[in-house]
Amino acid sequence: MNIELRGITKRFGSLVANRDVNMDIRAGQVLGLLGENGAGKSTLMNVLCGLYRPNEGQILIDGKPVAFDGPGDAIAAGIGMVHQHFMLIPVFTVAENVVLGVEPTGPLDHLDLKKAREQVREINDTYGLEVDPDALIETLPVGIQQRVEIIKVLFRSAEVVIFDEPTAVLTPQEVEDFFKIVRGLRDDGKAIVFITHKLNEIIEIADRISVLRGGEIVGGGDPSEMTEAELAEMMVGRPVSFAVDKTPARPGEPLLEVRDLVVLRDNDDIAVNHVSMTIHRGEVVGIAGVQGNGQTPLVEALTGLRQVAGGEVRFKGEDITHAGARKRHQLGFAHIPEDRQRTGLVPAFSIAENMVLDCYYDDRFSRGPNMLWKVVNETAARNAAEFDVRAPSVFEAVRKLSGGNQQKVIVARELSRDTEMLIAAQPTRGLDVGSIEYIHGRIMHARDEGDGVLIVSSELDEILALSDRILVMFEGRIVAEFDGATAEKSKVGLAMAGAVA
Amino acid sequence: MTYQDPTGKLSEKLLDRAAPDRAAFEDLVIVPLFAVVVALILGALTMLATNVDLATIGKSYVALLNGSVGSLNAISETLTAAAPLTLAGLGLALGFRAGLFNIGAEGQILVGGMATVIVGFSFPGMPAAIHLPLALLAGAVAGGLYASIAGWLRAATGAHEVISTIMLNLISYRLIDYMLRLPFIQREGRADPVSKSVLESAELPRLLSFIDPNLRVHAGIFLMFAAVAAVYWLLFRTRLGFEFRTSGESPDAARYAGMRAGLLIVLVMGLAGALAGLAGANQVLGVLGRATPGFSAGIGFDAISVALLGRSHPIGVLLAGLLFGALEAGGRQMQVDAGVSIDLIGIIQALIIVFIAAPLLVRALFPWGFSKLTKTSKE
Amino acid sequence: MTSPADIAAAAPQRLGKGRQRQARISGAVLLGLAALVALVFAQDVAGEATFRLSRPTDPLALPDLVVPALPFSYAAAAVLAFLGVRQFLRGGVRWTSLSLGFGLFLAVAAFLVWATAGKSFSLTGMLQATVVRAVPIALGGLAGVLSERVAVVNIAIEGMLLAGAFTGALIGSLMGGLGGLAAAVAIGGLFGFILAALVVTYRVDQIIAGVVINLFVLGVTSYVSSQVYQEYRFLNNAPVFRPVKIPFLGDLPVVGPVLFNQNVFVYGAIVMVAVATYYLFYTRMGLRARSVGEHPRAADTLGINVYRTRYVNVTIAGMVAGFGGAWFTLGSVGRFDEGMTGGRGYIGLAAMIFGRWHPVGALMAALVFGFADAMQQKLALLNTPIPSEFLAMSPYIATIIVVAGLIGRSRPPAADGQPYAKE
Repeated sequence: MNIELRGITKRFGSLVANRDVNMDIRAGQVLGLLGENGAGKSTLMNVLCGLYRPNEGQILIDGKPVAFDGPGDAIAAGIGMVHQHFMLIPVFTVAENVVLGVEPTGPLDHLDLKKAREQVREINDTYGLEVDPDALIETLPVGIQQRVEIIKVLFRSAEVVIFDEPTAVLTPQEVEDFFKIVRGLRDDGKAIVFITHKLNEIIEIADRISVLRGGEIVGGGDPSEMTEAELAEMMVGRPVSFAVDKTPARPGEPLLEVRDLVVLRDNDDIAVNHVSMTIHRGEVVGIAGVQGNGQTPLVEALTGLRQVAGGEVRFKGEDITHAGARKRHQLGFAHIPEDRQRTGLVPAFSIAENMVLDCYYDDRFSRGPNMLWKVVNETAARNAAEFDVRAPSVFEAVRKLSGGNQQKVIVARELSRDTEMLIAAQPTRGLDVGSIEYIHGRIMHARDEGDGVLIVSSELDEILALSDRILVMFEGRIVAEFDGATAEKSKVGLAMAGAVA
Repeated sequence: MTYQDPTGKLSEKLLDRAAPDRAAFEDLVIVPLFAVVVALILGALTMLATNVDLATIGKSYVALLNGSVGSLNAISETLTAAAPLTLAGLGLALGFRAGLFNIGAEGQILVGGMATVIVGFSFPGMPAAIHLPLALLAGAVAGGLYASIAGWLRAATGAHEVISTIMLNLISYRLIDYMLRLPFIQREGRADPVSKSVLESAELPRLLSFIDPNLRVHAGIFLMFAAVAAVYWLLFRTRLGFEFRTSGESPDAARYAGMRAGLLIVLVMGLAGALAGLAGANQVLGVLGRATPGFSAGIGFDAISVALLGRSHPIGVLLAGLLFGALEAGGRQMQVDAGVSIDLIGIIQALIIVFIAAPLLVRALFPWGFSKLTKTSKE
Repeated sequence: MTSPADIAAAAPQRLGKGRQRQARISGAVLLGLAALVALVFAQDVAGEATFRLSRPTDPLALPDLVVPALPFSYAAAAVLAFLGVRQFLRGGVRWTSLSLGFGLFLAVAAFLVWATAGKSFSLTGMLQATVVRAVPIALGGLAGVLSERVAVVNIAIEGMLLAGAFTGALIGSLMGGLGGLAAAVAIGGLFGFILAALVVTYRVDQIIAGVVINLFVLGVTSYVSSQVYQEYRFLNNAPVFRPVKIPFLGDLPVVGPVLFNQNVFVYGAIVMVAVATYYLFYTRMGLRARSVGEHPRAADTLGINVYRTRYVNVTIAGMVAGFGGAWFTLGSVGRFDEGMTGGRGYIGLAAMIFGRWHPVGALMAALVFGFADAMQQKLALLNTPIPSEFLAMSPYIATIIVVAGLIGRSRPPAADGQPYAKE
């Protein structure tokens, strides 16, 4: 089955997410769709799988124009999508998730789960996927959940399979397994669309590449004839160097010492299992690891947002194991949280209010019970100007800013004061390249001023680029340590998968 | 990194406040206006449907206007009715701002009012300068403590405040019934549940009795204005207000900022209850003079509407309280003049809130009043 | 550095702190109950408590159940204390809920024996009243389950019950009982539809929408009551559904009068709970409905129409609540009074939470609330020293305890209360 997109335009209000996009998706081929965050890749694919309706343009299947009235129509036409955020219901079983929407039924609308299980097993056997149909989704690791998503698509006899950023949650080894599955599907005659912003992956897996920038197709071609640098320039619109401008680290005395730290999840499972580490002044320690291996609870425990169940944390020799977030903040901790929309910012508040979110109680900004809003506003304006926050005024609601500018508000708030320790979780997730470069620069600047820096990121490339020292976290433990200057990507990747020599 | 804005021009520009745009204007002015007008029209249709003839409908709306603002007495009645609505509404608004949906104002009014009555009849011979503030304080404290139960349950166990405050309302009815039969509260020589009367030294003095002794407006309206100012100051000028608003908008961000969520919840509920308790005190000291079963008369539920209509902003709550007070006063006049049940006011109030809470519905019904809706959100 | 074996060895290290705490709390509750029974109920009690199980006229009459009050109290206290100590020391994780349930049952029994000591009391009559009083709560709870399973929080149940009661009386007076019942179901469905429209299409906050519907229904019914019924009394005089005895089963002792000699509302509630259970957990439509409540976007990507599913389920929930509302008028007195539902809709919501968002659970919880309600009525006859106001409060206090999760917490549908925006 071949699909052509002709002149697709999709607008959200005044914002144009896709403009006049033309694309061919062919059976037995992997089409790589490359673009930065915010380039409109997901929107385009949501148009293709029927979630959004295009404002202009046409979708042709085997030359015939079609119009999708909803995802159901696209599924019926043979288009299946594996979303970046899995579309699985955690409290349902694998079989229930797979058949949802196309359920085998008996009389009285009775759900035939027996048949569903058999059908899941059949697909398992055909493609060698090995998933227990009776397992609850919430008990499965992410890699297996992704297989469930693939089974879901195959169960609906899809001829076109779209993968949206499928490797973000996988270890390098899991990525290899995943690529095998993808090649298997392609050789089976399926048309594959592979969406990513990772250059090396697209060159490895794609048969053809299309590059999307600012909602428009800006180029493409045969991956064997293209280099990473060319693709990067096409994607960003200007030459980029991925190397962070980095002077050699000059580590000073130990700043943050963690001994035997144990942290529990909300359900009392162990999340961080006897972790010890030391972060010195003037060095960047990067924590590599696949999402869900305890990084988030570790950061929460280090920043005072989660109770510590065992072990101790010392800062400049002082025991801060049970200190709260505010106490740590006053000691000079800066925290760039993982989820900027939920945790780091109050989207409905103004830039000025967000600039003082965790220091409003400071003597500079309040006197007695009163807030000194004039001082707050002026400080916010100065910081916004200095940290390149693009906004009409500091009274603008943060909700209205782009992701990059939102993150810059957080960085401005956290780094505009005198800090000693920076803890940054996923500092550049979902940002455009310009903002990434800027924020990386700021982080290195903090290090050069003598701060200790701890970075947690699921992007191995980011860890490699920034870190002076790399710790690998797997199932709640630190399983390996590498020198930032000499670390090899493949070895770090192996450690991330828990395989330690 | 170097300071990139040496002249300060860029940061100066960032301090320019944009004028409120058309959307904000529509939201704040046009939607409420539509809501009131449409609710009145639908109220008229309700009367038609229940076999009230057109002349009477006209008469009843004239009475509604006369009874609310048509005379000095009408204005006095409007203000008298508005005071408790605004006070309790301010409490609920405070809760809404902090992300708590407190439905318990009714119970807090009852408990606060009851405490006020007890203090009000208990200290004969005490000078008014002490007795009145003491009685008011008793109401605020009792209401605050009663509401804090729901706050504590929410903070400690996660019990949703909607259910627990509703239950506390139902409990308070029975509690008041019980207390009104206690020998030291029940009026001597009465078999029905009526409390002793509040002593004169604890009453909120009437303001205009020198013009006409029947004018009921009393010093409680000063309490109302003072509370509006105090809540405005608290919400928008203080650290505590910033904490309230932050935890209301985003509990995660509040935690991140080192705010103590549990304490804030209990504090907000306590303050909300104190304001509702003041509303109860206002009623028993200024209007009723004693407590009877269910003396709150639904003020706590109307206050929910007041807070919603006022967009949880102190000034808005004041305006909404005045509007609902006017409807209340006018409704009584309507019942007398046109023989239309005052319960119609309840319908009109509910309709106003529907339209306030559903701006999309108002836009759908009256597309010509609005600039074209633009969607800026992107998934 | 670390081998996978080490990691595996660390796994059983899980600290079951929360569960242990829960076991402790329930142990303390049990010990408290034991103290209550021993120190209050066992003091100042004498004679025997006589529970009548059937009327002399019944075809299969059972003898009265006679319990010696003092020994029973001490025995109950001893068992409670044993259970409590066991919970406390062993942290008996497995049997926590069971022993707590049994302990509460014992405490209630001891209370009844204490209150009845030296007197006689119809147990069957009270159980019958329990079932009758549980009906509106169970139907309210079922309405809650149906709408919250598609993630719509339904505070408006109270209003839907009231609308059902009002319409049942009005149309029942004009067209007879069946007509009234049909109209009550229809009006409940209408308000369900309105709630769905407000929250799904117009994105009104779910709690605000519910509160507004409650205020509106209260306003309209009160207005019509005072404006119209005062004058035209025949409009508020509906026939009442009489109990229908099921042949043979209705003649059984105790069970017969309690379950098989009831009116259409009791039978209806049981049938609806059964049908709803089948629908939610054994059918295709039920699976889809639950998926909408758990993860609407996932359901949407699979071609399930989230909006339509919510409309349909919330409307059905409204119809169930409307049926339950008719109980107040067509099922008992035939006449509508202002605000006559008295918060039963909210207790229904608590029954839903207590019943863990399951129809059968909600029914069971409703029976507990119905029992408390019936007990309060009957105990007024027994002349106990406890003021009736406090007994009247007991269901509400129980509700607070339930929502506070002091007796185990359960998980609501993941998307509960959240609006779903397509784009």
